[in-house]
Amino acid sequence: MPIYSQKVMDHFTNPRNVGEIENADGIGEEGNPVCGDMMTFYIKVKENRLDDIKFKTFGCGAAIAVSSIVSEMAMGKTLEEAMKITPRTVADELEGLPKNKFHCSNLGAQALHKAIDDYKKKQKKAEGGKQ
Amino acid sequence: MKKVYFDNAATTPLDPQVREAMLPYLGELFGNPSSLHDWGDMARQSVDDAREQVAGLIGAQAEEIIFTGSGTESNNFALKGLALAQQAKGKHIIISEIEHFSVLHSARTLEKWGFDVTLIPVDRYGVVDPQDVHKSIRKDTILVSIMHANGEVGTLEPIKEISRITLEHNIIFHTDAVATVGNIPVNVKELGVDALSLAGNQFYGPKGVGALWVRKGVRIIPLLDGGIQEGGRRAGTENVPAIVGLGKAAELAAGDIPAKMTKFAHLRDRLLRELPARIDRSVVTGHPQGRLPGNASFCIEFIEGESMLMMLNMKGVAVSSGSACTSKALKASHVLIAMGISHEVAQGSLLFTFGKDNTDEDIDYVLEVLPPIVDRLRQMSPLYSKFVKASKGGS
Repeated sequence: MPIYSQKVMDHFTNPRNVGEIENADGIGEEGNPVCGDMMTFYIKVKENRLDDIKFKTFGCGAAIAVSSIVSEMAMGKTLEEAMKITPRTVADELEGLPKNKFHCSNLGAQALHKAIDDYKKKQKKAEGGKQ
Repeated sequence: MKKVYFDNAATTPLDPQVREAMLPYLGELFGNPSSLHDWGDMARQSVDDAREQVAGLIGAQAEEIIFTGSGTESNNFALKGLALAQQAKGKHIIISEIEHFSVLHSARTLEKWGFDVTLIPVDRYGVVDPQDVHKSIRKDTILVSIMHANGEVGTLEPIKEISRITLEHNIIFHTDAVATVGNIPVNVKELGVDALSLAGNQFYGPKGVGALWVRKGVRIIPLLDGGIQEGGRRAGTENVPAIVGLGKAAELAAGDIPAKMTKFAHLRDRLLRELPARIDRSVVTGHPQGRLPGNASFCIEFIEGESMLMMLNMKGVAVSSGSACTSKALKASHVLIAMGISHEVAQGSLLFTFGKDNTDEDIDYVLEVLPPIVDRLRQMSPLYSKFVKASKGGS
């Protein structure tokens, strides 16, 4: 049996939302090349919703599929809804991940959350600047 | 779709002549070699013949060959069996950092049993310096084990030079020759070693069978106790069909080696030259010349090996990789790390190992399908975009 589900293979071979966003509202990076996988997420936020999401990923098939599905799961969601995406819900959405890959490649949710945190920090700063 | 198998280090296919030789032993010739009737006689005779064939391939005597279940078993047997046989003399063992896990992990087990292990480093091509072995020798050194060639990067080790040193110091020297036997000429007398491991599925024999050659007069403690099969050194009813297959493969290899070497070296040199010419920021790993004819290994920067492997597989091409993501333990190849390659670059490891069926067209094909795969993955890679931005900023 192949190690990856059909859904993982689909997102690996046709990843959605690959790329970068110029002047992104938030950027989040997770992982590092030493452990094998690294993901960078870029977001655009409009009225508290994720208006656009792009990612770049260095890593195995699972890491690429995870990034792709996270971008799909979060697109159009409110920031609060997007913060509820977890490695578990990502793996479920992908119809499972190999056990040994669950932690290392499953960094998409964290990278997205970091991008949202980055956005919020920038917002605070901007608000602070206005006062 | 075109199918290209470039993963012969994982396993070669079974030669049809080997399969033919094995079939009767999966059928009417089912006897147990230990039995004293006709059925047993026939099985025993076939195992003896195979022993002659394997001995013939490596310039050994038949009674010095012990059949095992794999190259891994041969290495475990050599390390543990030879160390235990000499523990009264000393506790110190020398191996290299780039040994196969079956040697490295056996050495780790020996450490738990109270032995001392010294790991010899390698240079950036993966070569062991015999002087490092010399300098590591202590009064209580009882065993040296250095591989004949590394299967991951193809580098050949200076076994003859090392054996001069071990001979001078009267230390037992084992070599893991799993990657070389059946692929390049191997002669135990010329190498000057005391023990040597080999495996059937590296040269068109069956899986699940290997052999350990131990020079006559060298003591070894069995791993498996039981009956007196294999001269009492490896108990258990013999895997007769596999042993017959290993023997046949050894006989065929003896004749095939020169033609195979010429052909593989041609394919290897083409790929070593043409792949880096087509893919920027890709490097050859292992020694540029002193390497197995059938091995071409690379690291392709900014992307990861498993992704490349899977995309090549979709194009019908089978390769392997030493990247962390490809390994079950999720660790980058210890061989590449020992050679001083960074974890980041090692992630882009890609290994091509050739077989008898490979042709120039196969090389053309992989050179055609790989560059777009690399491009595609690099377009997704944050490391590559950082590199592009940095090089733009620098100019």
